[in-house]
Amino acid sequence: MSKRKLVVFIPLLVFLLLVGFFGVGLYLDPRELPSELAKHQRPVPDFTLPSVTDPSRIVTQDDLKGEVSLLNVWATWCPTCKEEHDFLNILALEQGVRIFGINYKDDPVKAREWLRRYKDPYQLVILDESGKLGLDMGVYGAPETYVLDAEGRIRYRHVGAVDANVWHKLQQVMASVEQEQQSGEGL
Amino acid sequence: MILPELGTYSLILALCLSILLAVVPLAGASRGNTLWMGFGRPLSKGMFLFTLVSFICLCWAFLDNDFSVVYVASNSNSALPWYYRLSAVWGGHEGSLLLWVLIMSGWTLAVAVKSRNLPTDIVARVLGVMGLVSIGFYLFILLTSSPFERYLPGYPVEGADLNPLLQDFGLIVHPPMLYMGYVGFAVSFAFAIAALLSGRLDAAWARWSRPWTSVAWAFLTLGIALGSWWAYYELGWGGWWFWDPVENASLLPWLAGTALMHSLAVTEKRGVFKSWTVLLAIFAFSLSLLGAFLVRSGVLTSVHAFAADPDRGLFILVMLVVVIGGSLLLYALRAGQMKSESSFSLLSRESMLLVNNVILVVACAMVLLGTIYPLIVDALGLGKLSVGPPYFNALFNPMALLLMLALGVGTVTRWRQTGFRHLLQRLWLPALLSLPLGVGSAWLYSGEFEPWVVLSLCLSWWVVLTGLGELYNRVRHRSEKLRGLLSQSRSYYGMQLAHLGVAVAVVGVAFVSYYTEQRDLRMLPGDTLTFRDYTFVFEGSRHVEGPNFTADQGRIQVLYKGQPYAQMSPEKRLYTARGMVMTEAAINPGFTRDLYVALGEPLENGAWAVRMQYKPYVRWIWLGALLMTAGGLLAASDPRYRKRRRTETATA
Repeated sequence: MSKRKLVVFIPLLVFLLLVGFFGVGLYLDPRELPSELAKHQRPVPDFTLPSVTDPSRIVTQDDLKGEVSLLNVWATWCPTCKEEHDFLNILALEQGVRIFGINYKDDPVKAREWLRRYKDPYQLVILDESGKLGLDMGVYGAPETYVLDAEGRIRYRHVGAVDANVWHKLQQVMASVEQEQQSGEGL
Repeated sequence: MILPELGTYSLILALCLSILLAVVPLAGASRGNTLWMGFGRPLSKGMFLFTLVSFICLCWAFLDNDFSVVYVASNSNSALPWYYRLSAVWGGHEGSLLLWVLIMSGWTLAVAVKSRNLPTDIVARVLGVMGLVSIGFYLFILLTSSPFERYLPGYPVEGADLNPLLQDFGLIVHPPMLYMGYVGFAVSFAFAIAALLSGRLDAAWARWSRPWTSVAWAFLTLGIALGSWWAYYELGWGGWWFWDPVENASLLPWLAGTALMHSLAVTEKRGVFKSWTVLLAIFAFSLSLLGAFLVRSGVLTSVHAFAADPDRGLFILVMLVVVIGGSLLLYALRAGQMKSESSFSLLSRESMLLVNNVILVVACAMVLLGTIYPLIVDALGLGKLSVGPPYFNALFNPMALLLMLALGVGTVTRWRQTGFRHLLQRLWLPALLSLPLGVGSAWLYSGEFEPWVVLSLCLSWWVVLTGLGELYNRVRHRSEKLRGLLSQSRSYYGMQLAHLGVAVAVVGVAFVSYYTEQRDLRMLPGDTLTFRDYTFVFEGSRHVEGPNFTADQGRIQVLYKGQPYAQMSPEKRLYTARGMVMTEAAINPGFTRDLYVALGEPLENGAWAVRMQYKPYVRWIWLGALLMTAGGLLAASDPRYRKRRRTETATA
């Protein structure tokens, strides 16, 4: 067979490869992403990154420890993040929930402007400009919200905006984690 | 009422006709049986007729508020105005599929009616392929997604209402235009398959296919522009493109279709790139189908996605395998024997159009990869990745600008061979002018030099000037310049218009991306804010009642340089049936800028969070798309497509 006769089969082969992926993808729900990290209660991957609000400050995974808290991945290019932002403000500023932020693949100037305009619900915001930390955590897309326990381990993962329904679920997880850790201390 | 059952029945008849259409004319063409081939036209007409009846039945169910029909009950409401009840027909998965098959059969009918002068066997094959593809969609509707299913015996007295996001003029027109484009590529596809089947891949085939491709492309362009415009004013965010998977799904066939139009030109004029052109025709329609799969199967998350359902996804996947896999296999078996009818040198219009094709196809591949990458990585079990606007912008924008550079050069090159000297002669002046004009206009607007803006403007000028230069060259030897202008063909002006559209759209994109100004603040009645010569005075909010919503309407008085200029009334609507809150932005449109005001959240003491935006040249994006649409339609209306066919039949 001449070379040309083989070349014309390439589109077909590429297509069949794609079909294989689609076939598998069909049975994976993009909205329910079981996080490998959450399943094994892994800690947040090691990182050393600046803070968005105070670029001279360096944040590491140890800063996330201490209490059960939420870790919210957001970016200014993400309209859904704007939608959930008001709800996060209510949680943090009115109900006193501890929320950390990861500013994901974003422009820090825009991010600071955003926090100034829409209020800042975060204890601190990690500047993940290159997306490296998000990559390590397996972030699928902004926004995502994780529940961390007092040791900074990931216990639950939610993909998509946080609203009243989601918060209900997150609250349950946080309560059970807290209880478990308290009884653990009691032993 | 019995109408929904009639709708189903009529759809089943349409399916039967599509099966006959796929079998009889194709079999006739391969056996040389003229009688069998002749069945193509009446079968197409019947298929359209029964699909139309089915569609009208669904429309009637909506207008009649027949909530015993599940689809009506979940997408409509008796308080909905009649025009939204009608557009709600394609507001959900099932109905939009019915619209899809209606348009599909409409295109089939158009081919049947408008192809009087084509060889009988080609018409038979084209219609047969259209029938073949239609079978898949009719089965899809009837087996997995019937819009006519009933709630029986007990049915709700009131419907769940149409998603408020979709209660809008943009939604009435956006999906039909988009589907006209998607499905229109089925005609190019059918012509390509017919050519492969008949083994007659020649310039004549390209000429038959061209007007259909141009019209489909024009509709797709318009559909995408309408979608972008709709997202801009309806989502309350002021963005006009989000690189959302569903948007990408419409951009992919557009990019392939754009490449196809250019490649068809080469095949028609020079008889080269034949196998490549056929492949592009297959790609353009395959990507339309792929878009349907991505949107309707739930494999990707998106704001537009229809309800996820793996069964439907599996059905479309099987259909993809049959249609795309089958056509690529046919291509692989037949394309190896194709030979070019002529040669061309490195510096020629053929080469430049090849450059155009390469850039467009690479851009298309890149968008495709970005769109399905999360899916692939996930399927391989390698974890989760996200691909956002940063990826697409970083790769797509430089490629778009590169394409514009090539566009200018391509416009002035000649077929077959172009002397380097000739090229230089035609290009030095536009090059010399576009630099200062681009830099100057960027500076004039902003007083600064933002590299991307300057580059975009220079290239926009470059496209415009090379186009004008080429037009001038065509008439400069004529004694009567005006007659020279009038004697240029419609397809030539269509091309010029579409290229102008590219330049106009890029100006809009560059300005709005870099110089949008936005202020968000808490405003009490009486508060003012001034920026860009405009003063916004917040005069408080009042309660208003709509047909199926209640709203808080803010009143904002706008002053221009201190003088009263406009009154803007953004709303925050609560749609009662679904309990959904929607932001209805107020827009003061203008040729060089939009003022965009949206209400955020109500705060204490009658204060509101208000977002005000100044969006320079944003209209130019859609104006450019309109010019491209007009260009495509103008080119397709060129009388030579009809004339030459007549002479061919005369000699035949």
